[in-house]
Amino acid sequence: MVQPLDTLIETPSQTAGPYVHIGCIPSFAGVEGVYPQDLGTSPIAEGAQGQIITITGSIYDGTGWALRDAMIEAWQADAAGRFPGQDGADPAVSGFCRFAADKDSGLFTLRTVKPGATPARGGAVQAPHISLWIVARGINIGLQTRIYFGDEDNSNDPLLSRIEQRPRAETLIAKPDGEGQYRFDIRLQGDGETVFLDL
Amino acid sequence: MADGPLMPRRRDMHPVPFDPDYKTSISRSPRWPLLSMESTPSEETGPRFGASLLGPLDNNLIMNYSADGSPAIGERILMHGRVLDEMGRPVPETLIEIWQANAGGRYRHVKDGYLAPLDPNFGGCGRTITDAEGRYQFLTIRPGAYPWPNRANDWRPMHIHISVFGHAFGQRLITQMYFEGDPLIARCPIAATIKDRGQLERLVAPLDMSHARPLDFLAYKFDIVLRGRRQTMFENKPEGM
Ligand SMILES: [Fe+3]
Repeated sequence: MVQPLDTLIETPSQTAGPYVHIGCIPSFAGVEGVYPQDLGTSPIAEGAQGQIITITGSIYDGTGWALRDAMIEAWQADAAGRFPGQDGADPAVSGFCRFAADKDSGLFTLRTVKPGATPARGGAVQAPHISLWIVARGINIGLQTRIYFGDEDNSNDPLLSRIEQRPRAETLIAKPDGEGQYRFDIRLQGDGETVFLDL
Repeated sequence: MADGPLMPRRRDMHPVPFDPDYKTSISRSPRWPLLSMESTPSEETGPRFGASLLGPLDNNLIMNYSADGSPAIGERILMHGRVLDEMGRPVPETLIEIWQANAGGRYRHVKDGYLAPLDPNFGGCGRTITDAEGRYQFLTIRPGAYPWPNRANDWRPMHIHISVFGHAFGQRLITQMYFEGDPLIARCPIAATIKDRGQLERLVAPLDMSHARPLDFLAYKFDIVLRGRRQTMFENKPEGM
């Protein structure tokens, strides 16, 4: 016998199910009037500093079909690389956004400011990126991933550098698609499966 | 950062992503291993929501969709508990959102076409923010069980969906609360995606008569544990030590 540890274990996840919108984006589900507005409709307010960008994409399952029922959350730093709540952070950047794949097309759109590079432990610098968290029916624990940008220098990013199979790193990089526009598709499974994170 | 990295997730204590008995998971579960590394500021920070967000009925699902002041139909219950981290510390001031079917097992959602009727006074969502000790409570009705297309005759046990933020984006968690004594839990392929029996039992809320109000509502207790953060005196060691 040994002494018991004094730590707890995290509550297990369960799928968000097909009706996640009722709780998280009620207007999407057709539930109006409980809250004045949905939470996290935009990560930026009027006057946010930096380049305004729009990222569009879809989430594909293993058969190549775009999910129509997914909910995505995004979290990011401001244009100077400061997270909301940190000293000097842009007050017009909440950094948090919730959005759903369109129920007909499966397309999602995120309009935000391009984040700056952020410092990490040990003097490392993370290339500009947006963290994503994806839930849906059939996803038993939320999937973490990141959006990096094809027109930034990603060569020294500590996370991208950890991906052994170099072609897979491309799955985390949004492709420039016109002025301020990017395309970022997520593949849950199969050819070009997105790198999902455990950190 | 005042705190250290997030404690790594114990994936074996969570549901398996791929479970053939939950058919939708087959095409929606990644096949390649996750990229594991220590958390960074991107996961250690997260959105914060203040109490100014909340309306007075946000945590009262019996009344927050009522059109004419009539309460929602169903067995009235108080759902309450605490949010802690893995170190056992309360998680104060964190947003909790819930959603659920009505007493007949029907969701108010454009895609739910189950035979059971909608309750005109029940919307099915609520939210609150934990207090300084990590406590929260909701007044709601007990949701009904409902059938769903999976195997030939699968039914979801009575459950309430729960979303919690914590203080860090890497703590983000969505789960479900089940009810003590429901025989459908043992038959549910979604509950069964959790392979550790003790972990599944942690999602089953006990009847808690100590918080029930006579002639008004029953109570169920549901505590939630989020990922903790490591804190050691060796955290800020110089490079190379
Ligand atoms: Fe449900």
